[in-house]
Amino acid sequence: MTTTETTVTTQVHRVWIKATPQAIWDAITKPEWTGRYGYCARVEYDLRPGGAYRAYPGAEMAAHPGVPDVVVDGEVVESDPPRRLVQTWRMLMDPELVAEGFTRLTHEIDEVAGGVTRLTIIHELDGAPKLAALVGGEKEDTGAGGGWGWVLSGLKTLLETGKELDR
Amino acid sequence: MDVTDDDLVFKALADPTRRFLLDRLYERDGRTLTELESELEMTRFGVMKHLRVLEDAGLVVTRKAGREKLHFLNAVPIRVIHDRWIDKYRERQVSALADLKNELENSA
Repeated sequence: MTTTETTVTTQVHRVWIKATPQAIWDAITKPEWTGRYGYCARVEYDLRPGGAYRAYPGAEMAAHPGVPDVVVDGEVVESDPPRRLVQTWRMLMDPELVAEGFTRLTHEIDEVAGGVTRLTIIHELDGAPKLAALVGGEKEDTGAGGGWGWVLSGLKTLLETGKELDR
Repeated sequence: MDVTDDDLVFKALADPTRRFLLDRLYERDGRTLTELESELEMTRFGVMKHLRVLEDAGLVVTRKAGREKLHFLNAVPIRVIHDRWIDKYRERQVSALADLKNELENSA
């Protein structure tokens, strides 16, 4: 049984949204959408294997001193719109996070029934405990945002109501 | 899971064994049925039934890793309910302030 105890570094976050897979794909990959929920960073994707990924801070985040020009970087591994997006992902907010290196992030988009789509984030966080705490929402009380759970809740609210979640 | 069906989440959380299972996954995520079973004085079938309720509510997500099925905690459905209620509450506060303002203006 001890052999199965090494799999703890992956996080899985799932949400059901009344929207089409394409709408969800756009909300993940287009800056005009990503600027409106969660951390409100504006993404830039070159959606092909090896293509660059960068996230730029939104106005609110950029106003903080010491926030870098690019807050997350990475590389696209697999892009199968509007179903599956695999990429590397590294947060650049502070030197310790940079030192943890690249993690692997997967978005899976599956239509279930009745106009409902299931979005699953699988974040493989081997060797990145600090980032794991951050994206797991453990630092929310310190004003660092609520991680993927918060991001997905905001995304759901935006797509279903057209409104941005209060923060 | 129907997106509008919060009942499944509340029902799943209304049982101490299921909350115990969620607590174990919070401590250490991605466990097998065998691992979870070893923490409970319950038959394998009983644990499976509870995990099924949690999975139907979206609180547990399973993924295959080789020959094994791993169980992951998914707190997003709770988060969604929380955020919606907080949101509603704020709307009510705002409208309460608006009401108060009207009240003051009318009585002036």
